[in-house]
Amino acid sequence: MRAGRLAGAVLLALLVLGPFLPMGGMRQYVLHVLIQILVWSFIGGAWSLMGRFGLVSLGHGAFLGLGAYTVTLLWNAYGLTPWLGGVVAAALTIVVALVVAYPCSRFQVVGHYFALVTLAVGEVVRLLIIAERNWTGGSLGLSLRASPSDSLLAMQFADKRVFYYASLVLWLAGLWIWYRVDRSMAREAMEAIGEDETAAASVGIHVTRFKMGITMLSAGLTAIGGVAYAQYITYVNPDTLAGIGVSLRIVFAVVLGGMYSLLGPTVGTALTIALGEYLRVVFGLRLIGMAETIYGLLLIVFIIFLPAGIYGSLRDAVTRLARPARLAGGLS
Amino acid sequence: MIEPIFLLEAAVNGILLSGVLALLALGLNLIFGVVDIVWIAYVDLVMVCMYLVYFLVMVYGWPLWLAGLGSLALGALLGLGVHLLIITPILGSAPVNQLLATGGLLFFLQSFATFLWTTDHKTVRLALPILEVGGMFLSFVRLIAFVISLLAMLGLWVFLRRTYIGTAIRAVSQDREAMALMGANPQYVYLVTSAIGGAMAGLAGALLVIQYSVHPFFGAAFGPLTFMICVLGGLGNMVGAFVAAVVMSEIISIGGVVISTEMGYVIAFVVFIVMMFVRPGGLLVRRG
Amino acid sequence: MLELRGVTAGYGHFTALWDVTLRVEAGEAVAVVGPNGSGKTTLMRVISGLVAARAGDLVFEGDSLGGRKAHEVVRRGIAHVPEGRRVFPRLTVADNLRMGAFQPRARAAFAESLARVYDLFPVLRERERQPAGSLSGGEQQMLALGRALMSRPKLILLDEPSMGLAPVMVLRLFDLLRRVRAEGYTILVVEQNVRQVLRLVDRAYLLEVGRIRMEGRAAELSEQAFVRKAYVGL
Repeated sequence: MRAGRLAGAVLLALLVLGPFLPMGGMRQYVLHVLIQILVWSFIGGAWSLMGRFGLVSLGHGAFLGLGAYTVTLLWNAYGLTPWLGGVVAAALTIVVALVVAYPCSRFQVVGHYFALVTLAVGEVVRLLIIAERNWTGGSLGLSLRASPSDSLLAMQFADKRVFYYASLVLWLAGLWIWYRVDRSMAREAMEAIGEDETAAASVGIHVTRFKMGITMLSAGLTAIGGVAYAQYITYVNPDTLAGIGVSLRIVFAVVLGGMYSLLGPTVGTALTIALGEYLRVVFGLRLIGMAETIYGLLLIVFIIFLPAGIYGSLRDAVTRLARPARLAGGLS
Repeated sequence: MIEPIFLLEAAVNGILLSGVLALLALGLNLIFGVVDIVWIAYVDLVMVCMYLVYFLVMVYGWPLWLAGLGSLALGALLGLGVHLLIITPILGSAPVNQLLATGGLLFFLQSFATFLWTTDHKTVRLALPILEVGGMFLSFVRLIAFVISLLAMLGLWVFLRRTYIGTAIRAVSQDREAMALMGANPQYVYLVTSAIGGAMAGLAGALLVIQYSVHPFFGAAFGPLTFMICVLGGLGNMVGAFVAAVVMSEIISIGGVVISTEMGYVIAFVVFIVMMFVRPGGLLVRRG
Repeated sequence: MLELRGVTAGYGHFTALWDVTLRVEAGEAVAVVGPNGSGKTTLMRVISGLVAARAGDLVFEGDSLGGRKAHEVVRRGIAHVPEGRRVFPRLTVADNLRMGAFQPRARAAFAESLARVYDLFPVLRERERQPAGSLSGGEQQMLALGRALMSRPKLILLDEPSMGLAPVMVLRLFDLLRRVRAEGYTILVVEQNVRQVLRLVDRAYLLEVGRIRMEGRAAELSEQAFVRKAYVGL
């Protein structure tokens, strides 16, 4: 435990000091990749809040898109500050999540069927964005109206370091929430739900209420992730922020890292983004599609050979190594 | 206000479209029912078969019917390949991993198609007439595609009812373990099912490429719709699949004319979501 | 004919059977009785290959069954009538019986097997075209039994055949099982209905929390001894 804490402290110190380390001409690019990793890790963590309790959603793109578009449209049309816009976006997303999740829980839509219903929700949001092209820009996307200068109110800054620290704080906040949920009284209860609904219900746990709580939290945080992403990139697009593609990417990253551990989503996100960036740099503008092809192949290979995610597989390997020793000890 | 004749035309076009959609939904349904895994990349296999037909017909000058048979064969091979390479290793994995493995295949197929064939839309042009019936314009190609879809579904029905292995496939979808106790090797039944499901994707590909242009993201346009029809139809219910396909394609077709293409899809998907709450076993099954 | 030596098996971290040793001779009928949760169903599933044994060996007619999958075990002549009957509900009675003869050896003798099953259970002939799900519990049990016979087994495993049947039906079922026995099949049956099953079999084992506690000839074992041992624990 001690060593773990020390490593954590060192890592955190590195992350805090990161922008001031000498990186030559690479600084902007490294910061850009790190911001992406932090924001998407935050989103992955939000997804895993639901995923680890058996609520496998393929519709988180919808929450992301709702968050990003709400804040962007409110700013562009009414000049509403993203601070308030973000609150509106999160609230709106939570309402949408509830409208879908409540009947799902009430009518026992679980497993593959839950995944398909949430997938439909993601598609509905994506198509609505495209259909309402008059004010959303349709499939061409929409740029965030630039404020004349750096502005805290507009949440726009020319210096990437501001966004870097903001996303670091966001990421840490996400970890803290994840940890609190994990530790809260609900933990055992929720895991029982993941295992067996009727068993959980029979020991007197209000399944619906727990599911709703976790869904609201997950959707709201995902919307905030969407807001952060939109503010940083200053451009929103239905295909990168809603629909199946982005939903699958979030789930991939989380499952790859391992959804049952605090840092699992971060590890998975960092790996998939690093992999994507690496392939993009290697292939550049040559061989268009090749980078994504390899990405897709590697994802299949990972899922087949690391079914419990990187963290989970490591843990399994450690227990496998430890067990024979323990058994031998017990026999002597 | 839209003239009634256009609505009627949209309704007829909806019915014509429903044939291929029902065929696809049945293929997916067959695999889902037997292997209990949703192939997220199912319609992306269709996309690959569409490219095959395009190249065979437009570049190598094959007759369309022969290219269609080739597409059927490629679909069956792809089905076998997907089952052997991707599904077999994850049969015992968590459902989320199963979704993701075929989701990875989706990324792979879309981007590999982009790499090989670019994102250009490719069209198979046929010199077939447009029919005029009572003031409506109907595409002869769509009519043919509809009829062939119906025949293929009839063929599947006969296969599942009348042949030994067909009956075994239905039995496995009802009780997998009991069928193993009868001496059926599950892997063998899975392989036959995956090949048939793949062949249907191949046939659907041939029928779709003569109506729509093919591009690497074709699966993204038709995939979600196919899953939804598959689920709405109800597991193992062929009539249900057809009814669901008609309902969904009518909504899309008429919605497309009255409002916009996207809103047609939006309404169809919302109907799907609501139906999942009201009739989770499929359109034709009452809540038990 | 069938011999289990020191078989241990279970699911995940749970062990349901500990070091089970038992024997079934050709032509014999043997029962395994014991309270709920004693591991009877697991025992059946290990023999038929649905659950792999963790330790020990299973030998059938001189060959080891260890590591064989369920579909291979059937081919060697062991038919398992599972707990809860497990007929294919949306297949007709005739199709259910057809599926029973799935493996090639059984399929070759299909017509003959079918005639035999219809002789034993005439009601199945009457219901031939009906979906199996529409049959009564007793009829479904006959169908499950008939379907197992279609595979031309040498040994039949019966898991709780009387479960969920009305008392009258239970009596009829045991009559039918006696007729199946008379046809020369070897039977290994797991039952909670100790009184009835002891009248059917030659020998019986008592299974308790995964271990064999008692064994003996059915005639010598008074029902009381088993019942007391099994349910009162004396």
